[in-house]
Amino acid sequence: MTAPATLDQNTVAPPGPATPFVAFDQVSLAYDDSGNAIEEISLTIEEGEFVAFVGPSGCGKSTFMKLCTGLNAPTAGSVRVDGAPVGGPLKICGMAFQSANLLPWRTTLDNVLLPLEIVKPYRSQFRKRRAEFEGWARELLATVGLAGYEDQYPWQLSGGMQQRASICRALIHRPRLLMLDEPFAALDAFTREELWCVLRDLWEAQRFTVVLVTHDLREAAFLADTVYVMSRRPGRILERRRIDFPRPRELEMTFETPFTGLVQELRSRIGTIRGS
Amino acid sequence: MTKNNRLLERLAPWIAVLALIVIWEVTVRLFKVPPFIFPSASATAQALVTFAGPIGMHSWQTFWTTMAGFGLGVAVGLVLGFIVGSSRFLYHACYPLLVGFNAIPKVAFVPILVVWFGIGSVPAILTAFLICFFPIVVNVATGLATLEPELEDVLRVLGAKRLDVLLKVGLPRSLPYFFASLKIAITLAFVGTVVSETVASNQGIGYLMMSAGSQMRMSLVFAGLIVISAMAMVMYELFALLEKRMTGWAHRGQR
Repeated sequence: MTAPATLDQNTVAPPGPATPFVAFDQVSLAYDDSGNAIEEISLTIEEGEFVAFVGPSGCGKSTFMKLCTGLNAPTAGSVRVDGAPVGGPLKICGMAFQSANLLPWRTTLDNVLLPLEIVKPYRSQFRKRRAEFEGWARELLATVGLAGYEDQYPWQLSGGMQQRASICRALIHRPRLLMLDEPFAALDAFTREELWCVLRDLWEAQRFTVVLVTHDLREAAFLADTVYVMSRRPGRILERRRIDFPRPRELEMTFETPFTGLVQELRSRIGTIRGS
Repeated sequence: MTKNNRLLERLAPWIAVLALIVIWEVTVRLFKVPPFIFPSASATAQALVTFAGPIGMHSWQTFWTTMAGFGLGVAVGLVLGFIVGSSRFLYHACYPLLVGFNAIPKVAFVPILVVWFGIGSVPAILTAFLICFFPIVVNVATGLATLEPELEDVLRVLGAKRLDVLLKVGLPRSLPYFFASLKIAITLAFVGTVVSETVASNQGIGYLMMSAGSQMRMSLVFAGLIVISAMAMVMYELFALLEKRMTGWAHRGQR
């Protein structure tokens, strides 16, 4: 990325090692009277860390995302991001979901540009700097392998390509925190593994912080620095697991013994959650 | 082979119309139905030609009042649909009212309108308006109200205000619904105008049919019917074409 304020520059000078980028302190959230969706979550995420959350369905992983981005406020406890308490939507976040949700009346390029039409300070500069912004979008699309598809409409793209575009849309305003809610769940196995590598390369290049919510243990173990295993509702954190495989990681690694052993271990953790 | 099939598909509506006319003509002749009960297709065609002048005049009256009512319906329907669809609270508050209002037969309004505005074009325009704005409101409101929550999250986290989401996503998204509703609304508008004309006017196709019926000139009544449906069909096709042009992405998407 040639544009100003690359992420690396931003991340070089953190407020100090003592202040983590994201800090959850005894956080609970109840949507209504039916009880907590997540309960007493305490954790910290460093800037540039790749974190994955796994757990049975309905364990509040998505709730965690909403708290982290400021879309919801906790019922108890405190959430701090970048040293300040979260009090509303955080525009330093980019989000992508299981369904790509691209707008069918916009070309792929215009879809990727959408956040810049909304987020400050780009919003007011959009008309003036449009050519420059388009350059960013084209570059980003090229890095995920969508060069040449900029002027196609989303419905002309395959599911995997739509998801790539959706991730580009999440990254176009250079967020420091990327939130991914089961982004690859609806794709076939081959496309999914391809996109793991796309995400890995993007992250290696830009080193934003990633929170990845997933059901796929291989996905979590392959991509993340830290995997959190969550319990059934009300979601609590059962285990925090550092993944120490050397980087850059290759897909072949996921078929070798230390990796498969780790996945099996995580799997059995979730198995016992179900059983208990 | 496929080329022939496509040609056949193009011609199909015309063939259907032709078939209907033939069946009509044959039935009337076969059972010797008297023309003051049910005139034959040929007699109706003859009436169309003979009374071309007055029919043309009255059709024009019906046409412009319908278009005026329809235009009013589109304007009010869009604004009301936008307001109702943009807020969950208003959606829940207004929807039952709108449904209740829609259930009232619009003929019932005509006498009221006559008291307020007198006999003539105004009640016809207003009846057309009253009958046709509802589908527009419902469609626009539904298009706006059924946004994907994830997409809203993506934008909300960027600091998008409600209005941003509505203008960037909601409005374009509801356009296919809007254009689909125009097709329904235009045909309903004709119904409204003609109903009003039969009760409270001395102009228009509705009036023409009413007075021709009272003189037992059934072929003229049927000629009126045909003119109305022809006008409605042409307008419907026009809006169908417009819909395809404006919101092609919504149709091409369904591969």
